Amino acid sequence: MSPEDIPVIPRGVRLHEDRVRGSWVLLAPERAIRLDPIGHAILSEIDGSRSFGAITAGLAAKYNAPEEQIAKDAGEFIEGLMNRRILEVA
Amino acid sequence: MMDGSTVTDLHAEGRARGIPAPIAMLAELTHRCPLSCPYCSNPVELARKERELSTEDWIRVFHEAAELGVLQLHLSGGEPASRRDLVELVKAAREAGLYTNLITSGIGLSERRMAELDEAGLDHIQLSLQGTDAEMADNIGGYKGGFKRKMMVAEWIKASGIPLTLNAVVHRRNLHQLPRAIEMALEMEARRIEVAIVQFHGWAMQNRDALMPTKEQAQEASRIVAEARAALKGRLVLDYVPADYHSDYPKRCMGGWGSSGLNVAPDGEVLPCHAAQTIPSLSFDNVRDRGLADIWYNGSAFNAYRGYEWMQEPCRSCERKTKDFGGCRCQAMALAGDPAATDPVCIKSPLHGELQKRAEAFSGNDAAELIYRGQPA
Repeated sequence: MSPEDIPVIPRGVRLHEDRVRGSWVLLAPERAIRLDPIGHAILSEIDGSRSFGAITAGLAAKYNAPEEQIAKDAGEFIEGLMNRRILEVA
Repeated sequence: MMDGSTVTDLHAEGRARGIPAPIAMLAELTHRCPLSCPYCSNPVELARKERELSTEDWIRVFHEAAELGVLQLHLSGGEPASRRDLVELVKAAREAGLYTNLITSGIGLSERRMAELDEAGLDHIQLSLQGTDAEMADNIGGYKGGFKRKMMVAEWIKASGIPLTLNAVVHRRNLHQLPRAIEMALEMEARRIEVAIVQFHGWAMQNRDALMPTKEQAQEASRIVAEARAALKGRLVLDYVPADYHSDYPKRCMGGWGSSGLNVAPDGEVLPCHAAQTIPSLSFDNVRDRGLADIWYNGSAFNAYRGYEWMQEPCRSCERKTKDFGGCRCQAMALAGDPAATDPVCIKSPLHGELQKRAEAFSGNDAAELIYRGQPA
């Protein structure tokens, strides 16, 4: 992921609050991916217009963490989901 | 609930007994279908239209499912588009908070109906593929003109932007078309393809000699899928169901009985798996009489093969029992005559050698003709 990339949650993929199990899940074709608070925080920042760079800067400020580390972790998380055709880059 | 306990109570009791809430529900809206595929896995005896649940019943069941913890709803059949209220049901499923997937042959969908499904919020479509050209597809589906129509439906799906999975069922007669099926998934801009080597349940049992792939074909299919997965990473997801009878270990059926999914048949019977009605010792509850959560946690059919207590040897002491749960209960019934036996696909089953011989004999019977699916009277 480069800072200019704009990650997108495409049609047919959505965040869902699973009240029965008390957690957030990402629902996608034939997949329900349980999210830890970090995964949920990353996906909540994706709005289809903000760049990856803006997202990681925002998360770094919000969680008071080094941006380089956030970019590495979030990039791996997003790329993993892209390989599974769950996220896209605009 | 019948005894006055709430769904919250039932969840708490279930947790205490180690029973998770289900993730997925297959709603078999109807057994009616314009196709008559010889590998149909629906029961030999189908539910007639008069016995089907009403629109209101289904909508109530969707809400009960969401409350029970179901996240993914699969609308299936038969052909779900044969239900006139399909759009209304999709809308209601979305309102209940369910991820809504339509499993269809495409027959019964028009461009206008597709726009209505899009508007209703349908999340995902699985389009079945009987062959990669009209000659093969219409012969297998037993429906002339079906392939041409399906290709139109694929265009409408692409234009709508609803994510698509192509469901390719492959067997001895069409396995040579697998590379083309993968290409077609790319042309349709599908995000996924499910390559399923035919499984033998329900009607399909009598077509084992007409459809059983050879062992060489099964190995070739595994190789094609593995290569395509590597080559198409990030473009197309491939899910694969290998040839059961040619395997050494059984399928992890339903991810464990009564642990992750449930089926509701057209007449409202609630089944732990699609083929469970082939096990004569089981009796099933109906959503017309009993709440879905009560059925899931307390129904006798759901508790019959939960956990490991019901197992016999060699499953009971086997280290793989947590992986595959002894295989498929319906297949144990069909092939060993005992639903609690080890699935005869397993190399540890005393029936394994015999099954492999029969599979080879089935796959070599080139004189066998297709026996098309019969429809409800």
